[in-house]
Parts: sequence; structure tokens; C-alpha cells
Amino acid sequence: MWKGWAGAVGAAALGASVLAAGHAVAKVEGDTVYLGAAVSLTGKYTTAGEHTQRGYDLAVKAINDAGGITVGGETYRLEVIYYDDESTPARGAQLAERLINQDGVAFMLGPYSSGLTKAIAPVTEQYGVPMVEANGASLQLFNKGYRYLFAVLSTTEQYLASAVALAAELAEREGRDLATLKLAGAFENDPFSQDIRAGVLEDAAKFGIQVVVDDQLPPELNDMAATLAKVKAVRPDILVVSGHSKGAALAIRQVQEMRVDVPMLAITHCDSADVIGKFGAASEYTLCASQWAPTLSYRDDVFGSAADFAVTFEAAYGYVPPYQAAESAAAVLVFADAFERAGTFARDAVRDALAATEMQTFYGNVRFDETGKNIAKPMVLYQIQDGAYVVVAPTRWAASEVRHPTPPWSER
Amino acid sequence: MAANVQLLADAPFLILQLLLDGLMIGAIFAVAAYGMALVWGVMNVINVVQGELVMLGGFITYQLTLWGVSPLWGVPVAALVLFFIGFGLHHAVIRRVADRDMFISLLATFGLSILLQQLMNQIWGGDVRTAESGLGTWFLLDYTVTVSQMKAAACGGAIAIGCALILFLKKSRIGQAIRATAQNPRAARILGIDTNRVFAATYGINAALCGAAGALVVMAYSVHPYIGLPYTVRSFMIVIVAGLGNLPGVIAAGLGLGAAENFAGFILGVQYQVAFVFCLLVVILVIRSSLLQRQRRFLR
Repeated sequence: MWKGWAGAVGAAALGASVLAAGHAVAKVEGDTVYLGAAVSLTGKYTTAGEHTQRGYDLAVKAINDAGGITVGGETYRLEVIYYDDESTPARGAQLAERLINQDGVAFMLGPYSSGLTKAIAPVTEQYGVPMVEANGASLQLFNKGYRYLFAVLSTTEQYLASAVALAAELAEREGRDLATLKLAGAFENDPFSQDIRAGVLEDAAKFGIQVVVDDQLPPELNDMAATLAKVKAVRPDILVVSGHSKGAALAIRQVQEMRVDVPMLAITHCDSADVIGKFGAASEYTLCASQWAPTLSYRDDVFGSAADFAVTFEAAYGYVPPYQAAESAAAVLVFADAFERAGTFARDAVRDALAATEMQTFYGNVRFDETGKNIAKPMVLYQIQDGAYVVVAPTRWAASEVRHPTPPWSER
Repeated sequence: MAANVQLLADAPFLILQLLLDGLMIGAIFAVAAYGMALVWGVMNVINVVQGELVMLGGFITYQLTLWGVSPLWGVPVAALVLFFIGFGLHHAVIRRVADRDMFISLLATFGLSILLQQLMNQIWGGDVRTAESGLGTWFLLDYTVTVSQMKAAACGGAIAIGCALILFLKKSRIGQAIRATAQNPRAARILGIDTNRVFAATYGINAALCGAAGALVVMAYSVHPYIGLPYTVRSFMIVIVAGLGNLPGVIAAGLGLGAAENFAGFILGVQYQVAFVFCLLVVILVIRSSLLQRQRRFLR
């Protein structure tokens, strides 16, 4: 309960600091350069919005503590002006206008979720304000020809594609014909999960895997019994579920309750649904897509290694950083790097510097293609092994061999 | 779709599985619907905040598990806590809108639902919460059909709560006062019934029912501050189908709706499961009104 109160107090303090910052903030004031962000501090994305804000704050603090950034021979501090977008896209777009027009912000950090990013991107584009976002993964953000949008994270269609590839690899190793492999999928009917669905179906087609169940769960559905009954009857080799934390929690709970035996279960949002803490042994063998893991071998000068970031974050906020916090922090690092390379705070120079980014952060490598998405960082796949998340793919970072197939419930 | 029907024909145990799962979720819908029928019948208020009260019951149960208490205690505890919250809500808001136009009370309860959503979000955060009852699974027909003991208990609990409510309304003094007020508030007032107290009690009982339902939901499914609406909509539908003041009808409609929904999800694909519910509502309304018309013609 204290967490909620802390959030409320934090929001109030935030409001006060925004007021104190004054309304005529120029993009650079004295030795401070201001970034703007609308994040979800109330509404349905509160938790993820908090992770996003904490990621930004931690990176800003780390950069400032290390002496700030050097642009054109002078050193500057970073500061972020926040507003609460109430988890609604319309409000996000309004606040973006406000940040740009009233607060004079010339550089934006992204909000949480693809939906909010979709609402804000047209605004930043219209004003030619560069935005580095860390939490909008939908592929549809990158086919609109935006020039000022840059995303540090992997796009949605890659989330579970690695699981399909892994299933194919394992089947080949066992000498099975891929055409006999069956895949069942249940995807929430929202843009994020539908992108994931598109990626999974595409990969299944590529490997020649049959898709035997393709259900699209209505967002308001709180029960997967109908889908799982079908899965149980058709006995697929791989079950893929994507439906944010609700989908993750329901999948693990109901697969166990209904004793659905599938050799491989791959889902998203394991950590935000805390499936290990909630379901313990029932979550074993589950594969989880993740943008980042603290065990990866990336590093940078600000935070050190991925593990160092996790330690710093946990010391500041008292919990292990979810990938949402990590990618948000990385977005700030990308901005800082671009400022230094541009050597000026002129928008277009910074935009061009961003487009030419080629760096490694603790979060992963960052290099943008011409649409602005990061093409240098793969997704990782965790497996829950003995009550812990262990990276099992891609093989380069695998800390352990994947445990496959999942034994039937009668033997667990 | 044809393939799904074929699948049912090939594996008849699926029919039993779908039926059982449907009945079990339907029972929980029915509990929330009893409350809605009560408030609607007695106070003429369509309580849009129903689903949020269910979620609140779930969160209270979740809070108990954080304190190390078994979530099974959540059923009575959430009911009790929600009774008082309902009482308070009635005193603060519902009392002022109950005898006004129905539109006013719709708006007021809609506002309450937004308020409760955000309060739950501030207190427990925007993540999906579940509570583990520690109950296992029963297997029928050589492991082909599974029954989660928690869902079965939820179903049994829902039916027990319904029976208790019927008895309470029939036998107890306040129950009789509630029924009298539902029939004719003015006459009840003239006969010395404090209808304000009756309204407060009715709303409190409704909230308590929602609390109990929420405790069952968090153990069998999951709760989240923003997924209360389906429970409001299902309650509304069940009440429309069963009619006001027909509690056995509410139980039957709840169970039937749950089962029908599950079969529709299986055969048409889950993407049409919720759409099916709404189509069913339209069909039932059309049939009902045509039946009523025929009756009227006869009377004329």
C-alpha cells in the first residue's frame, strides 16, 4: 500500500517541481538542457509508466553526477519536464503540444506503450522535435515515414519469433519434419499483441509449421478456458500466448489447472505478471520474451555493465529493474551521445546525429535504420528454470541450455 | 468454424469441459447480478459501479494474502468490508440520486466507477493480481476433463450465497422491509418502514455480494483496476434476461450465459465471444418484447 502513497506523493512533488521550473523554460537555460516527456502516472499504465520515469530519472542522474554532457566545449546538465498523460492517447498528444509550445522543449523522450507513442509521434513530427522513445514497439510506428522518431527497443514482431525459431531448431535437432510441427496461438485483440501475432504467423509460415489454433482474445476477457480446451484437444508442439500481464497470469494458471500438456509454452510479460512469485513450480519451463536481461554482456561508460545497471537501479528503487526501466534509461543515453556528437542543440543537427547513432549501451547496441527503429539489438528469450529467469536464446547470450520438451503434468 | 464443430464431435469430452468451465464462471457472474437486481428493483438505480466493487473485493482478498492470511478468508472479509463501503457510498452519493431520474443515477455511478478504478490503481498499482487458494484440480473421465477445485468451490459458494440471500429476503425483518419497499416505496413509508435505511442496507448488501464475488474472481481468475466493466455488463444482461425480483432466474441466467459464452468462444473463436454475448442480449430483448406484445394483444 505504501507504494501507492509514495506514488501519490511523488506525483504531487512532481507537480510542484514542474511549477517551480516556470512556464517559460527555454530548451536550454543556463547550463541545463531540458527534455520533455509525457508518462503515465495515473490510469491503466501506471506501473509501467513509473518504470519508464524511473529509468529516465536514473539515467539523467547518472549523467549529471558524472559531470553532465559536453556540447561545443561547454558542459551541460540534463533535466526532464514530466507531465502525466493519464494513460490516454489524446491527453498524451495534448501534452506533447504543451511541452513543445509552452515549455519550449526541443527534445522529447517517449511515453509508455505503442498507443501513446502513436498519438505523440505526429505532434513531434509536425514541430520537427526529435523524440527518442523506449516503450513503443509496434511496427506500425515505423511505416509512416517519420523522420524525427527513434526507438531503442526491438519491435513487436520480434518478441516471440525467437520462440518459433527455437522450436524449429529443436525439432530439426530431433530429426523431425518441420511440416509435422503444430503451433497454437492465443493473442489479445489489441495492436501490440496483434503485431506479435503477425510476427509469429510469419515465422511459422517461413519454417512451414502448421498453425492449428489462432485465437484472438478480447481485451476484456478474463478466462482462457475455451481456447485452452481447444489446445488440449489438438495437442500442438508449441503454444504461444500474448496478452500483457493478464494473458501471462491466465495462461500459466489455467494451463496448470486444466492440465494442458504442451512441450513448449512461450509468453510475454512474465516479469510484470510476476509469474514465478505467483505460480511457483507451475511456471517452470515457460519461455518468456524480453527486451533485455541483467545477465547480458553489454556495457557503457555511464552505468557500466547490464548487471551494474541492475544494481544501481535496485539500490535507488528497491526492486530489480524490469526491461521497461532499462530501455528508458538507454533512451537518455542515446540522446546524450547525440548531443555530444552534434556539438549543438540545434534540432536538425541533433536529429541527424541521432540518425547516425552507433553505440553500445548497457541495454544493447543501438543503430537506427532509416525508419528510426533499432536494428542492432535482438530480443532475448528467458526460460523459467528452478524458479529463476535464465536466458536460453539467442545462443550467444544463453546462460543455460533450454529444457525441452516440458514434461507432461502427470510427471511434474 | 466447421473444424471446431468437427473437433467437438470427435472429442465429446470437450463438450463436458466447456460446459463445466462455463457454468463455473457463470456462477460468479450470477452473484454480482443478484446485487444488481436488488439495487435496480428496490432503488430503481442501475449500478454501473458493480464491476469495480467486484474488483475491489478481489483486491481486498489480495491484500489479505500479502498479510499472510489465506485468501479463502477473503470471501467473508471482503463481503464485510464492502458492506460498509457500500453503506458509505450510499450515504455519500447514492442517497442523493436514488429517487431522481435514472439518467442522473447512471451518471453518478459511472463517476463512482472511475473514482474507484483510480483509487485501486493508486493503492495496489496497475498490475494484474491473483491470489492462490492452494486448492488443486479434479480429473474426470481418465484425465480428459479437468475441474479446478477453486472454480468448483466458487460455483458452490455462489449458489450458497444466492440461497442465503433468498432466505434472508423471505424470512428476516429487514429482508421483508426490502421487499415491501421494492413493491411500493410510498406505501412502505406510510406503514412505518424507514425506506432510507432500507435503501442503505440494500446498497450495502449489494456491495457485500460484489465483494464476495471479487474474492472468488481473484482466486479463480485475476483482478485489475480496469477490468471491472465486463462484470457490470454481464450482471446487466443477466438481470435483463431474468427480470427483476427473480433470484432463481438470475442463477439460471448466470449459469446459462456462462456456458453459452464458452461454447461460442470455442466454436466461433474467442474473438467473437464477447460479440456473441451482446448479440444474444439483442435477440433476447427482441423475443421478450414480442412475447409481451402478444400478451398485451390478448388482454385487449
